[in-house]
Amino acid sequence: MGLEIYTSKVYEAVKWAQKFSLFQYPFVTACCGMEFMSAAAPKYDLARFGAEFPRFSPRQADLLVIVGTITERQAPALRRIYEQMMEPKWVMAFGVCASTGGFYQNYSTVPGCDQIIPVDVYIPGCPPRPEQVLDGLYLLQQRIQAGEGHNQIILKTEKGYDVPLAAIRPLPARASDAHDPSTKSLLDSGKTT
Amino acid sequence: METSLTSRRLVLGVQEPEDLDGPDLPTEPMPLNMGPAHPAMHGTVRMVLDVEGEKITNADIQVGYLHRCFEKESEYATYTQIFPYTDRLNYVSPMLNNVGYAMAVEKLLGICEKVPERAQYIRVIVGEMSRITDHMTCLGAGAMELGAFTVFLYMLKAREWLYELLEEVSGARLTHSYLRIGGVSADLPDGFAGKLLARIAEIREVLKDVSKLLDTNRIFRDRMDGIAIITKSEAIAWGLTGPMGRSTGFEYDVRKDHPYLVYDRFDFDVPVGSVGDNFDRYMVRVEEMHQSMRIIEQALATIPDGPVIMNDPRIALPPKAETYNSIEAMIAHFKLIMDGIHVPPGEIYSFTEGGNGELGFYIVSDGTGRPWKCRVRPPCFANISILNHILKGLFIADIVPTFGMANMIGGECDR
Amino acid sequence: MAKIILERLAAAFTGGEIEQIGTQHGNEWARVRRADWKRVAQFLRDDPTTKMDFASDLTAVDRLTREPRFDVVLHLYSTVKKHRVRLYAGVPEGDCTLDTVVDVWPGMNWFEREAYDLYGVRFTGHPDLRRILMYTEFVGHPLRKDYPKEKRQPLVRRSGLPGTLE
Repeated sequence: MGLEIYTSKVYEAVKWAQKFSLFQYPFVTACCGMEFMSAAAPKYDLARFGAEFPRFSPRQADLLVIVGTITERQAPALRRIYEQMMEPKWVMAFGVCASTGGFYQNYSTVPGCDQIIPVDVYIPGCPPRPEQVLDGLYLLQQRIQAGEGHNQIILKTEKGYDVPLAAIRPLPARASDAHDPSTKSLLDSGKTT
Repeated sequence: METSLTSRRLVLGVQEPEDLDGPDLPTEPMPLNMGPAHPAMHGTVRMVLDVEGEKITNADIQVGYLHRCFEKESEYATYTQIFPYTDRLNYVSPMLNNVGYAMAVEKLLGICEKVPERAQYIRVIVGEMSRITDHMTCLGAGAMELGAFTVFLYMLKAREWLYELLEEVSGARLTHSYLRIGGVSADLPDGFAGKLLARIAEIREVLKDVSKLLDTNRIFRDRMDGIAIITKSEAIAWGLTGPMGRSTGFEYDVRKDHPYLVYDRFDFDVPVGSVGDNFDRYMVRVEEMHQSMRIIEQALATIPDGPVIMNDPRIALPPKAETYNSIEAMIAHFKLIMDGIHVPPGEIYSFTEGGNGELGFYIVSDGTGRPWKCRVRPPCFANISILNHILKGLFIADIVPTFGMANMIGGECDR
Repeated sequence: MAKIILERLAAAFTGGEIEQIGTQHGNEWARVRRADWKRVAQFLRDDPTTKMDFASDLTAVDRLTREPRFDVVLHLYSTVKKHRVRLYAGVPEGDCTLDTVVDVWPGMNWFEREAYDLYGVRFTGHPDLRRILMYTEFVGHPLRKDYPKEKRQPLVRRSGLPGTLE
């Protein structure tokens, strides 16, 4: 009895430490970047939540904040950066363009970054107010504390949505993938989950 | 002197720089990719550089990572629906894009003089506020990349004040969509003038602090002086406008040379640089902020009363009270929303002074409520295209201030 | 104001190079024959009366039902005389080429690349004609009127999406 309580308390302390010391990698592309800067600015301080200083290398970050529109041209870069991050990692889609493509429905915009990578928290808004950003961050912190982090995220596919699997499990390579470097990812080591 | 050098070398194993520059030392050019996601790049742009040591021998700037198809989307949207798309072009100065686009469509309709005077004054005021936010973001981010984090926070603090005021006017902090064809969508709130004047005084204090931190700072000056010099003839040949063009000595400002709205009634100067290096671009932007504040003060002092949008049901939505109470107004409202404003067939190239330079709108209309083509002439597209040429011979570390002062806004460059 | 440009053009080019001129909403414009595009451009830059030393914009318009299908549009400005003009050149779909003006105004480099990328107009003599806003694997020219707005060509493969090629 003693050991389980002890390790579970330790685990909770670890999660508490994780949620209050998020090192963010702001993948800033567009207008939402301005509101991201405002959220990090003195008035709507992100620092009081521990998520202060952006780590501009994906290898040192654990929160990937996708700020702004993802275009088709940018998608392989986003995929590569996501794969360069180490577990445990979380992803936050900041703004409607990153969540669902926003009001851009055209040949160049990816309709939501969750077509490319799995997402934990979506923050709507065009651009979202800094208070909304802080609300989204708080939501993420609650999920981290509850252990519903990235590894246990319930995929849209498991809920029955018609969403491509490429977002989580890369599809097997085909000859026409020759130009697509992102399909040869580190996750392609034969594992199915 | 020689003995101390030799002993230093012997003890520390240090080589002097003169030893390293020799014909027998192997060097080879190395391709370096400053990729689409890079902390020092404003927005997303990819630079493929050929470097020898730290010197750049060839630079290829690849834009297009934020191509959100403004032109294609605007072919499917009515003229009023394009306003939100224009907000997201130069997203640090959204009102200026709105102004440019509204003026282009109004010229096509031939109603430029019929826009109420109060609306024109309001357009000038919010446009200049947006210009100040543009320069604040550019200088704040540029200084942060050189290490001056305090300047960034000061500029963001000042920018917050302007965002709050713009939110009171339009309802949104960043993507306002405040203008309409024929005027503005709503009047200024009560007490706005007093609040704005108070904030302008505070912004002047912030700019004074920033000047004290940066203008004579040894590190800042060493990194910005004499770097990336562009001559006036190069600026004209390459199509540079805005602060980047004016820093070279090319004194072209659309507000002075081809005045639009009510800019000819205000007394303001246009700062023009002399050397054309990064420090000139910085100083031109700082000075432009001061001039914008002058324009705002004069506009607030002389703004007339009156309606803020035209009273023509073919162009502007009728007031809500009428829409709910009279059938003609309701039908006009319906037609304007569903069909759009019917602009007579024609073409126009209308240009205004955006945050980065001459923001042009080339609109081709075919007579329906949706444009046949709505093109933006992005000022920073031309401004960045010269960098391929200018970056040759600079060090890698010089890219950071040069790119910062060029102010590439992805939304505008890639549309 | 800018009528002098049209008068100079009419005086200097009498062999049918200038197909049409006009003024609309305060903008003066001239339609130039495709083969004489570069000559007219150089004349406008070098002539002391017009002195169009600043090229502000180069783009293309897809007229779709008219023959020739595309119009390449060039906006010029004179920093000395402060006047503007717009030049059109009709480019047919079958032989979608036009002379480059990069050696007249170097700033038009990226603008011509963009017209090539989005409309497919090739500029002969351009030093570096490749795509600029779209990626190299993209097939087609998206701003043409027959390219559907939502036809995506994803680089990161996500099969089964509406609008993808597969």
